[in-house]
Amino acid sequence: MNPRTRLRLVAVGGTGLAVLLVAACLRLPDFGGDSHPYGDRAVRDSLARQTANTIASINFDQRAFDTMGEMTILFAAVVGCVVLLRQTRDEHRARPEPADVTPPVRRYALIALPVALVVGLYVIAHGQLSPGGGFQGGVVAATALHLLYLGADYRALERVRPVGLYEVGDAVAASAYLVTGLAGLIGGTAFLANTLLPYGTFNTLSSGGTVPLLNAAVGMEVACAVVVLLARFLDQAVEIEEESGK
Amino acid sequence: MDVLPYLVAVWIFLIGCYGLATSRNLIHAVGCLAVCQSATYVLLLAVGYRDDATAPVFSDLEPGARPVVDPVVQALALTDVVVGATVTALLLALVIQVAKRHGTVDPDELSELRG
Repeated sequence: MNPRTRLRLVAVGGTGLAVLLVAACLRLPDFGGDSHPYGDRAVRDSLARQTANTIASINFDQRAFDTMGEMTILFAAVVGCVVLLRQTRDEHRARPEPADVTPPVRRYALIALPVALVVGLYVIAHGQLSPGGGFQGGVVAATALHLLYLGADYRALERVRPVGLYEVGDAVAASAYLVTGLAGLIGGTAFLANTLLPYGTFNTLSSGGTVPLLNAAVGMEVACAVVVLLARFLDQAVEIEEESGK
Repeated sequence: MDVLPYLVAVWIFLIGCYGLATSRNLIHAVGCLAVCQSATYVLLLAVGYRDDATAPVFSDLEPGARPVVDPVVQALALTDVVVGATVTALLLALVIQVAKRHGTVDPDELSELRG
């Protein structure tokens, strides 16, 4: 198909889709309207289970089973990337040369690194209280490690990042989520039902029953997954070279 | 202008689709898919918005003191972000393999089969 025919086909299909979507939008409830039946019920349930952050309650209590699927997608994507980006037979590894980093970049990266790491862990730990949670905090913590790549060089990053260990951590965290769910079954309730642990005091670290545990498991999984993903992509960019020379 | 936020989401989605269809570079196509995906964030957050409401987090807010926006769609948007990021990572890994095996990232030049 030549580009012109294709563009014409896209225009026809796109116009049809646009008409349908706009027609659908006109029938949606008014923007900013007051009727949110699901939202109101979710807030009530979240408060009944002493979870201050309603979104954490939805993700790790009311929709905990869906979050398990989401976590599995993340895990499968990491496995897929590891397989796709492995070193093939006609490639070899070259040690990257240490690169010069200007002192201000080095200084600020090394100051920001511990701060970012602590912020990431804080966001994971306070997921049931304040905005944030395992997914967000995990990304922050994993990104913090990579400030070492900006501030020092690739070898320094490799020293704090044994990829094999993070792959194990990824799997362990995913299993921990499953085990927490199974604990409910052993305790005589349903899979991933938040009825096993006491709900604790509202607005303290120990509130929300199993929410903080699942939150921590997801936080660890996301942090490990991001580290492994970035490691594979960085390997391709920095270390792996084709045999026939570039 | 009650439907404007929804129409913005439709516009972002369509412009992403246009980019996907006309893309001459696989990395650009992955970017266009991310644009399509961001339309769903706009739509979800627009559906959940409530006038004069605040975030559904009660750590410094007396429950019932103020209306809060719909937390369900916010949780769905979070799911969307995670799935979008993983799909992007997987697609980019595939693009790297395509570039290595075929020496090109132009989808039009990838018509022939190769063992």
